Amino acid sequence: MSTEKSVWQKAFEWHEARLPLVSFVDNAVGSKYPAPKNLNYFWNFGFLAGFVLVLMIMTGIVLAMNYVPHKDMAFDSVERIMRDVNYGWLIRYMHANGASFFFIVIYIHIFRGMYYGSYKAPREVLWWMGIIIYLAMMATAFMGYVLPWGQMSFWGATVITNMFSAIPLIGEPIVTWLWGGFGVDNPTLNRFFALHYLLPFVIIGLVVLHIWALHIPGSNNPLGIEAAPADKIPFHPYYTIKDVFGLGVFLIVFFAIVFWLPNSLGHPLNYVEANPLVTPPHIVPEWYYLPFYAILRAIPDKLLGVVAMFGSILILFVLPWLDTSRVRSATFRPVFKLFFWLFFANGLVLGWCGSQLAEGLPLIIGRICTFWYFFHFFVIVPVVGWMETPRPLPASIGSSVLKAAE
Amino acid sequence: MANMAPAHSPAPSGADGETRRDFLLHTTVAFGAVGAGMAVWPLIHSMNPAADTLALSTTEFSLATLQEGQAITIVWRGKPVFVRFRTKEEIEAARAVPMSELTDPQADDVRVKKGKEQYLILEGVCTHLGCIPLGTKPMDQRGDFGGWFCPCHGSHYDMAGRIRKGPAPANLKVPPYTFLDDTTVRVG
Repeated sequence: MSTEKSVWQKAFEWHEARLPLVSFVDNAVGSKYPAPKNLNYFWNFGFLAGFVLVLMIMTGIVLAMNYVPHKDMAFDSVERIMRDVNYGWLIRYMHANGASFFFIVIYIHIFRGMYYGSYKAPREVLWWMGIIIYLAMMATAFMGYVLPWGQMSFWGATVITNMFSAIPLIGEPIVTWLWGGFGVDNPTLNRFFALHYLLPFVIIGLVVLHIWALHIPGSNNPLGIEAAPADKIPFHPYYTIKDVFGLGVFLIVFFAIVFWLPNSLGHPLNYVEANPLVTPPHIVPEWYYLPFYAILRAIPDKLLGVVAMFGSILILFVLPWLDTSRVRSATFRPVFKLFFWLFFANGLVLGWCGSQLAEGLPLIIGRICTFWYFFHFFVIVPVVGWMETPRPLPASIGSSVLKAAE
Repeated sequence: MANMAPAHSPAPSGADGETRRDFLLHTTVAFGAVGAGMAVWPLIHSMNPAADTLALSTTEFSLATLQEGQAITIVWRGKPVFVRFRTKEEIEAARAVPMSELTDPQADDVRVKKGKEQYLILEGVCTHLGCIPLGTKPMDQRGDFGGWFCPCHGSHYDMAGRIRKGPAPANLKVPPYTFLDDTTVRVG
């Protein structure tokens, strides 16, 4: 190999000296980002979330070219996408199921952070950015679900927007303002379309902040201890290749659903066009909101129900201070680990309650689980952190492996 | 900061140490904030109901064909309005309810027009989260109090449209309406 630089190399260096775009990416998620060498497959889900975000934006842009945000045409335009537009069925099924998979990936990502204590100092702001991204995702997904203008779209939008009417004094004017009318109607559909198109780009900006905040302390790891430089390896190629392998597994599952069970995660009633005069007997949100819907309905007071529902997410902002344990990873926290899985199971049961009519046994279980949800954060997490004796931490990531090998 | 002021014009300080320059800074920021607020208001207000939406705010309908015991739904501002021709027994039952039993205490006679007590006219929108309560069609479930039942989250309304049980905080709203003649009503 000659030491003389090729013209392409020179051109590249000339450009990098003026706008270091490649260096920027290389520093962020490339060979210049040292990551702990013990990251397990749960660390794939950040990358997967980024991938699904790009997938949603790409499919969404082409869907928008055939979708009509008008109450008389929206439903039919979606059916036209399904029947007449070339590959429209594929693009729409990818987009609709992509939303569900986005939430699956994000929920695993959030629970991973909770299990390995990734929210603890010095990663609190990184955790906050994640919660804000999650809230923005929920708003985006909610407005996207309204666009096909089916019965669940319409009545979901009605119920969610009416939650703001629980705010004392200014609630009613706020709801009228959100609607642009006296109920969910054409102006509402129009603005939801505009915002549904805008918010993903806001999320991209938030993701940049999330990754920026990640780079200040660097990635957490399954042991939850500080990674010494000797215990780090370059993100590229080690974790890019691991992430791509995980992506392959993800795509197998994703496309199995897209091709063979494309409507399994949706509700059949959304194939009935919106009717403002008939409420379906049983309104349910999309599956990813069900635990929060169960919390809303568990409380027999309108304002308190809405406060509890929003509070159940906002409480995550103070989790870094509710957790009094200095040990991050649940691997070394036998008692916390037990309660973590109990909390996880509690979330699944809440989801089931949210899918049932709010009466009888599901309502009682929903109330118990709602209580446990808040009890976990306000009592279990602080008290366990205070009382528990964690197992001894290894001196370093390397020593934990070397000792086992001896 | 005093040493940064030009020597020939020492910054006059108030008793609390505030200089003229601080005052200028604060008033400038305040004016800027008010100006930004005024600039943003048209954008915010553009999302409120437009003139043509507001123009559809009245609906007229006739009660001539409505029989005692029947109820109909009419559409006002894109939302249902329930009109029920109540029977004598239903009116008496609604009047007999003591105020202490009501979540949102309201007598039956303030929810209807004097002399037209048989016609109960209500906005058919649950005050909880905006679903349409059942009870207007003959085969509908009417809840534990014989009026309306909201299937979404289980609110029960009585024969005066008052909330009796469930998460809804208030009675079904009575829309503004007038009798143009004996059987013609204008809502809005």
